[in-house]
Amino acid sequence: MDLYRLTIHDLHEELREGRVTSNQITESVFDRIAEVDGRVRAYLTLTKEAALEAAARSDERYRRGDFLGPLDGIPIALKDIFLTEGIRTTCASKVLENFIPPYDGTPVVRLKEAGAVITGKLNMDEFAMGSSNENSGFFPTHNPWNTQYVPGGSSGGSAASVAAGEAIGALGTDTGGSIRQPASHCGVVGMKPTYGRVSRYGIIAFASSLDQVGPLARTVTDCSILLRTIAGHDPADSTSAEVPVPDYPSLLDGKVEGMKVGLPEEYFSEGLDPEVERLVREAAHALERRGMKMVPVSLPSSRYAVATYYIIAPAEASSNLARYDGVRYGVRVPDAESLMEMYKRSRSRGFGAEVQRRIMLGTFALSAGYYDAYYGKAQKIRTLIRREMDEAFSKVDVLLAPTAPTAAFPIGEKMDDPLQMYMSDVYTIPVNIAGVAAISVPCGITPDGLPVGVQLISPPFGEEVLLNVAFAYEQERGTFPNCPL
Amino acid sequence: MKITPELVEHIAHLARLELSGEEKVRMEAQLADILDYIGLLDELDTSDVPPTSHVMDVYNVFREDEVRPSLPVDKGLANAPEKAGTAFRVPRIIEG
Repeated sequence: MDLYRLTIHDLHEELREGRVTSNQITESVFDRIAEVDGRVRAYLTLTKEAALEAAARSDERYRRGDFLGPLDGIPIALKDIFLTEGIRTTCASKVLENFIPPYDGTPVVRLKEAGAVITGKLNMDEFAMGSSNENSGFFPTHNPWNTQYVPGGSSGGSAASVAAGEAIGALGTDTGGSIRQPASHCGVVGMKPTYGRVSRYGIIAFASSLDQVGPLARTVTDCSILLRTIAGHDPADSTSAEVPVPDYPSLLDGKVEGMKVGLPEEYFSEGLDPEVERLVREAAHALERRGMKMVPVSLPSSRYAVATYYIIAPAEASSNLARYDGVRYGVRVPDAESLMEMYKRSRSRGFGAEVQRRIMLGTFALSAGYYDAYYGKAQKIRTLIRREMDEAFSKVDVLLAPTAPTAAFPIGEKMDDPLQMYMSDVYTIPVNIAGVAAISVPCGITPDGLPVGVQLISPPFGEEVLLNVAFAYEQERGTFPNCPL
Repeated sequence: MKITPELVEHIAHLARLELSGEEKVRMEAQLADILDYIGLLDELDTSDVPPTSHVMDVYNVFREDEVRPSLPVDKGLANAPEKAGTAFRVPRIIEG
């Protein structure tokens, strides 16, 4: 039995019954990494020694019968955006090539407290800016379904590692689709919870009003287990919500009869690949068979979401990334003669092209003379997008849409055309702008052998409904195949 | 929106970036492209719409003003490119 192929849920059963040990699972995952990561390149840093120590402690707990919960002893990997005490954290940027954080981010603390075994740090687009992982400052990650293709981004390493069996589950972050789009491209489940559901403390900031942490896993149940563990208020993040966390896994019963699904017409229009559309509509039919009712809805402001996002996100990023000045941490050029020269040369040397582009764009949108016309305008359109979402949710329980307009694209295809790359996130961005929750679930495979995801969207803090609809769909769909790698 | 070389230069300075000649030319073209697309937003009349800076109703979050442990100096300095005693060291700030 290939342990690395199993789910969190099934592995926990095996551990409880004493049929396997966390040591065996962890060794199986690291053997798998040794076998395939030369081709996938999902990891930036491996922490095998610490992982085996954590596995040994977990096995001791299972032997004593006082295991910590369903994640105890399960190998989980982290996007390299989560601060990990004593373990290099780069955000896939040359700026932080040698940065060793002095503390763990809150989601990492919660995983460790639940007994999870951390396998290492995953590749991503530099500072989470990108949709293909090609913007990593180190090397691109490859899609395990076809290594000539991108895994999506920015949590591309997270999605690829879970798809390839190099981790049982992973955490990522989603600012405009960075969990859901790679999950769709790699055939795994990826969830962006409601803004404020998970603490952002100890996560390297990109766009603070949009960033949210979430799980990537092979099943909806596994996602619910991970979310249950990391969600909840944190005094260290004043934007984390003081909303009780339901016990998501125990609420999955697949009973969705009579509930309403909204199909936003704007998400099924020009630019959508016909094969993706066919597979996503099949997913809608599957939910109809479960007794859900399909309702046409309209979200006309969605058309403005990408443009709005490319003002708000770069504006917040230009401010957040001002901290990389070569003073307290990060790269510094050695021979600058003045402070200004040191700032400029250190930053230009450390940041990659896309990051510099977004800093420029954001600085422009916030600069004197342009602020009202760009940043101010975008904030107003954000209001319209949120209002339309709220209105739609007064009529339906969830929305159903494609996650991405196409399946994964070949490496190199969009690198010279930033605007084309930005359009990869056309269906995921409105969710972040509105701050609501969404999940991508694999719904089929194209004739080219690439997976496609269907996106479900719920009102704020509607994760239990969202997960249950996703669970019902997954039951109706049946087991999704493994990647051929 | 017309992007000029002077504007690129000005924004780069505000952003504390130093672009080479070639990078400036490419940046000018790419920013023009992106801002041209963003011009789509002008279709919407938003004069009566209030702005949303944040999706949650976030207010100041207060706590008791109690002394609590914080990062020790040695840990805080551990990643510094250059340090002097208990301080971060930087190039000369005052000219002359």
